[in-house]
Amino acid sequence: MKTSYMGKVARINLTTGEIKVESLDFDLAKKFIGGRGLGTAMLYEEGIAKVEPLSADNKLIYITGPMTGTASPTAGRYMVVTKSPLTGMIASSNSGGVWGAKLKYAGWDAIIVEGKAKSWVYINIEDDKIEILPADKYVGMLSEACDEAFKEVHPKASVLNIGPAGEHLSLLAAIMNDKDRAAGRSGVGAVMGSKNLKAITVTASKNAVEPHDADKLKEAMKACLKKIKDNPVTSQGLPTYGTAVLVNIINNTGVFPTKNWQESYYKEADDISGETLKDKYLVKNNFCHRCQIGCGRVVTIDGNKVAGGPEYEPLWAYGGNCGNNDLNAIDKANFYCNEYGMDAISVPCTIAAAMELYQLGAITDADCDGMPLKWGSAEAIVEWTKRMGEASSPLAKLMADGSYRLCEHYGHPEVSMSVKKQEMPAYDARGVQGIGITYATSNRGGCHVRGYLISPEILGLPEQLDRTTTEGKAAWCKIFQDLTAVIDSMGLCLFSSFALGAPEYAALLNAGTGTEYDVNGLLEVGERIYNIERLFNKAAGMKPEDDRLPKRLTEEAIPDGPSKGMVSQIKVTLPQYYEARGWKDAFPTKETLDRLGLVEKN
Amino acid sequence: MIEVRLFATLRENREKIYFLPAENFHCALDIYNHLNIPADEVSTLLINGFHKKPHDEVKDNDILALFPPVGGG
Ligand code: SF4
Repeated sequence: MKTSYMGKVARINLTTGEIKVESLDFDLAKKFIGGRGLGTAMLYEEGIAKVEPLSADNKLIYITGPMTGTASPTAGRYMVVTKSPLTGMIASSNSGGVWGAKLKYAGWDAIIVEGKAKSWVYINIEDDKIEILPADKYVGMLSEACDEAFKEVHPKASVLNIGPAGEHLSLLAAIMNDKDRAAGRSGVGAVMGSKNLKAITVTASKNAVEPHDADKLKEAMKACLKKIKDNPVTSQGLPTYGTAVLVNIINNTGVFPTKNWQESYYKEADDISGETLKDKYLVKNNFCHRCQIGCGRVVTIDGNKVAGGPEYEPLWAYGGNCGNNDLNAIDKANFYCNEYGMDAISVPCTIAAAMELYQLGAITDADCDGMPLKWGSAEAIVEWTKRMGEASSPLAKLMADGSYRLCEHYGHPEVSMSVKKQEMPAYDARGVQGIGITYATSNRGGCHVRGYLISPEILGLPEQLDRTTTEGKAAWCKIFQDLTAVIDSMGLCLFSSFALGAPEYAALLNAGTGTEYDVNGLLEVGERIYNIERLFNKAAGMKPEDDRLPKRLTEEAIPDGPSKGMVSQIKVTLPQYYEARGWKDAFPTKETLDRLGLVEKN
Repeated sequence: MIEVRLFATLRENREKIYFLPAENFHCALDIYNHLNIPADEVSTLLINGFHKKPHDEVKDNDILALFPPVGGG
């Protein structure tokens, strides 16, 4: 049957050098779609939940979705799925650019990397040909230089690489592709570094993926494009200001965490907003492959360097969360995150935590080597980002493993604003009750893109909910989590969902793969994916108490601003959420597993 | 005084911020009209940080924040 899957998976063992071509398991693909869902199912089936994340036993799956590379909206995405060294649980980090689509054009749904090379290597893929080549001369290179150096040898390739942070196994290391796109979260770059794998270059002679039914896909695509064009968020808001447009609305709602969440309203927010970024630094938009929205920013740094600009999250994290309103410094620090290959959310959040430790006197001037971690210091955010990328001092090395380990080291675990050891993003869950459920129950730890309830609770999409109440939020959270799992598994960008809904995704997937999903059927696949991630975490040793928010959110009320006095009601919503999911004590019951056709492995 | 903050495209050809005498306005819509902002261009209206409707009352010392449709993540 004709389908938008390529039907082929490459298994590359770096210990033995063996490269095997396997058929895609279509039964598994039917149950989990692709990308995040299928990658997790493969990892779970292969028994990876119990291995040491940075050992040769861990596996690294680079996986596209069935819609990646097809003529579908925002169809340029791929996922990196592995066991996270940061959280010890499932990692699936999404990235755009063109690399994922090229992998597919070259004929591969996924590549599974196993083992550990004796010395630094890279993998070169040219259509059917896959080779493991020495990479010593690329070690130490920053992302831009690395991309250019590989292109000298493989002129038509798209380059995926780790930076120095991944090489020295920083638990905040990202995997970069096309210079400045990142599979950013959960330390996936450290897993790549632990395998002595510096890069994967992909060259493809094709540039399209044939779907199951080209006419149907055309029709579905037409309907989607109209929705994207008619929707003011996808046609105007995101292209004009990028995700940075959120700075002002989140701050004016009083849920813009400031100084490591000690406050939640930042007076200088407009200085670091999407509006200011556009007026002062924007050169042009950036589009991922096959994207019609183009939320990416290209900015000028220090008046001369042109590079990828920050999204909302780093603007917040280096901005209000560090008490800093120097936008050029944020652009620069964000650029260094890309260059060194680090998570541009967790790195600045860890700097914010270090600043609070400095405020408390736990980190001293002696630790700081001439660059005190003072609130609002533009020099400090740039310099400490670089130091973390280089692991150049004992403190920088500690910080490079994230706020949880840093704060525990200094005897102040409560200062780490993380869930499952991963830093939470830019919305204060004390003033937005639903997003707290997303944070607490996200299978990959503190994260907003696993059920973006900010949409209904703040932005009024698809309808306006009261952000201050708990009622109905558990059910909303479940649906958002399940639909997100579907989008992530199809190979599309989550931002398409500002304009598209489950019926559009079902139409695209059916045209691509020949399935016959209706909305409920599709959401059930999403639910299955959410549950298998949970099973993976259970096997990895997750405990019910890992579904929790930092104490600050439940015990310290927001001190000032529009949301003054609020705390998270997670104690009320969490049991409701488990009920909605059919879980008991944080894990699926036997009935739930049976209903979803899942089998728990021992 | 009522403080009115405008954002994103609503700033085009307008100031970022206005301070208006409270006694001249009954509801948010009066303020839109005063500033020549078509109501359908405002997708989010916050009064003192809370989501409100155009017909909701405004009073002295209120802070209004007006946004066109925005999204991100
Ligand atoms: S909306 Fe933004 S992140 Fe998503 S595919 Fe388009 S450019 Fe990439």
